[in-house]
Amino acid sequence: MSTRTDKIDALAEQTARSDSAGVSVAAAAWRRLRRNPVFLFGAAIVVAFVVLALLSPWLAQHDPTERMLGDQVSRARDQIPPPQEGHPLGGDQVGRDLLSRLLIGSQQTLMVGVLATLIGFTCGLVLGTLAGAIGGWVDTVVMRAVDVMLSIPGLLLAVSIGALFASPTQFTVILAVAMVQVPIFARLLRGSMLAQRHSDHVLAARALGVKQRAIVFRHMLPNSLGPVIVQSTLVLAISIIDAAALSFLGLGNPDDRIPEWGAMLGQAQSDIDSHPHLAYWPAACIIVVALGFTLMGESLREALDPKSRR
Amino acid sequence: MALLEVRDLSVVFKRKGEEPFAAVDGVSFDVEPGQTVGLVGESGCGKSVTSLAIMGLLAKRGVEVSGSAKFDGTELLTLSNRQMRDRRGQELSMVFQDPLSSLNPVISIGLQVTEVLERHRGLSRKEASVQAAELLDKVGIPDPKRRLTEYPHQLSGGMRQRALIAIALACRPRLLIADEPTTALDVTIQAQILALLAELVKDTETALIMITHDLGVVAGLCDEVNVLYGGRVVERAGRHDLFRVPRHPYTHGLLASIPRLDAPRGERLSPIRGSVADNIPWTTGCAFAPRCPNAIDTCVEVTPAMEADPVVAGERLLRCHNPVEPADRVEQEILT
Repeated sequence: MSTRTDKIDALAEQTARSDSAGVSVAAAAWRRLRRNPVFLFGAAIVVAFVVLALLSPWLAQHDPTERMLGDQVSRARDQIPPPQEGHPLGGDQVGRDLLSRLLIGSQQTLMVGVLATLIGFTCGLVLGTLAGAIGGWVDTVVMRAVDVMLSIPGLLLAVSIGALFASPTQFTVILAVAMVQVPIFARLLRGSMLAQRHSDHVLAARALGVKQRAIVFRHMLPNSLGPVIVQSTLVLAISIIDAAALSFLGLGNPDDRIPEWGAMLGQAQSDIDSHPHLAYWPAACIIVVALGFTLMGESLREALDPKSRR
Repeated sequence: MALLEVRDLSVVFKRKGEEPFAAVDGVSFDVEPGQTVGLVGESGCGKSVTSLAIMGLLAKRGVEVSGSAKFDGTELLTLSNRQMRDRRGQELSMVFQDPLSSLNPVISIGLQVTEVLERHRGLSRKEASVQAAELLDKVGIPDPKRRLTEYPHQLSGGMRQRALIAIALACRPRLLIADEPTTALDVTIQAQILALLAELVKDTETALIMITHDLGVVAGLCDEVNVLYGGRVVERAGRHDLFRVPRHPYTHGLLASIPRLDAPRGERLSPIRGSVADNIPWTTGCAFAPRCPNAIDTCVEVTPAMEADPVVAGERLLRCHNPVEPADRVEQEILT
């Protein structure tokens, strides 16, 4: 029975693919994604993470800044509060509830990831549009700048930009991470804009006397956005890792009352021998969330890329 | 004075480190209002480049356009980008080969029709929508109001080409260039689209330049035919004259190579030997000489000039040293 339905499904999919010109790209992509376990797994992680982050103020049992287990902390005897009633993961180095800090910390991760990606996306969009639409020397200048930025490893660039600011704040972290993403977006958009510039429908629009501005914003840009939007889900994962790395290296928000996974990981270093769980938990959170966004982004890219259709 | 006068139009592509390549080499022809002129030839003969040059759509860098293309007395080739842009879609318009890729996939058909009306006629979105529905109706698209809200992928191939024609004719241009408008369509739809074009041109006195490699299209639609080879016009004649008495060996070969339903069983097709790549530069003789069954020594020594046909009467021009004798004509009745 199941093999029969499988066969029918396969046939249906073949038919759908053979006249894919008649089906919208999005609908065809969705049909493929719905059955892709990798996508479903990644999407499940992302949805769970976003829901947790948004609901964390209500989910967290305790104030993440209050040292409620402070009496169990003893530097001299190397004591850190163990898991106990009401505190399933125990406390951190100064006696704050670890689970609550992890939950509230997801907010920071989500915010930094989304804002950094948005800023990177916007700046990349402007630069890529300029380079792709105007061409000539504008293109050369923008693309050489992009090449220079791309030649520096992403994390190193983020650290360098982060270190430029005398006093790091939440915003400088976001900015540093965002700047690393700008060249990726700019380059990607320019590439698809150039492909659009020589496409038949842009030639047809020019043959109708459509003005240059309308050609760029109505005919070229909307058709070029696909790969850039897909890229942004991948960039989200990179942003989360980069932001955590900056905090880990002490270039993040110095206010340690606001929990942040990367900073928690950094603080756990000194106790890594005696209390490794302090490092495991934030590290696991970072890995799982980054993995979720990566899996989702990769399968999205694959589904929308006509060349990788299996 | 004709509506469009093309004189000695040449397009040379210049790439760094490569020999300059003349895609179009001294092409001249006239188009009168209401007249349909065909540009015929195989791939690479320069027919599309000719049309792009007239429309001012060729790249500015690496391309040298010379000669003259006068539209209603105005020289098009020296107009500024802005002046040319104001005329495109308004006075001269174009229909392309592949209707799917010539439509913007992410915006609705309606927006693509109204865009050109808003641009050139200065209509509001609302007025333009009303006109757009009328236009779609005129080109034979049923339920035009609903179609306006649909996207190109929701339309059939024939429907898309009708929509493109509606867009091209939206501002009632005086000259329409159709670049192989039926090549991407199946045969029954081809006939419908050609009939539609013929009807619209007749009704509105629009001049039409028909670019095609399909002699059936020529037979059905064109008043006058220019046969191109290697970037030059090799023969020009009225459609009936050309089919009845092809004089240039290339035209003769094209007509002879059409498969015929009434041919005896087992008879082989008679192709033109060689390919377009086997030509010689026009400067040293006739480009068609290496493939020509009639070639004589003069053909590779002297470039033939475009002259009135010495034997056959009528308004026809010929570029050949040794044309096909009128007696050898192909007995072909594909005029429909």
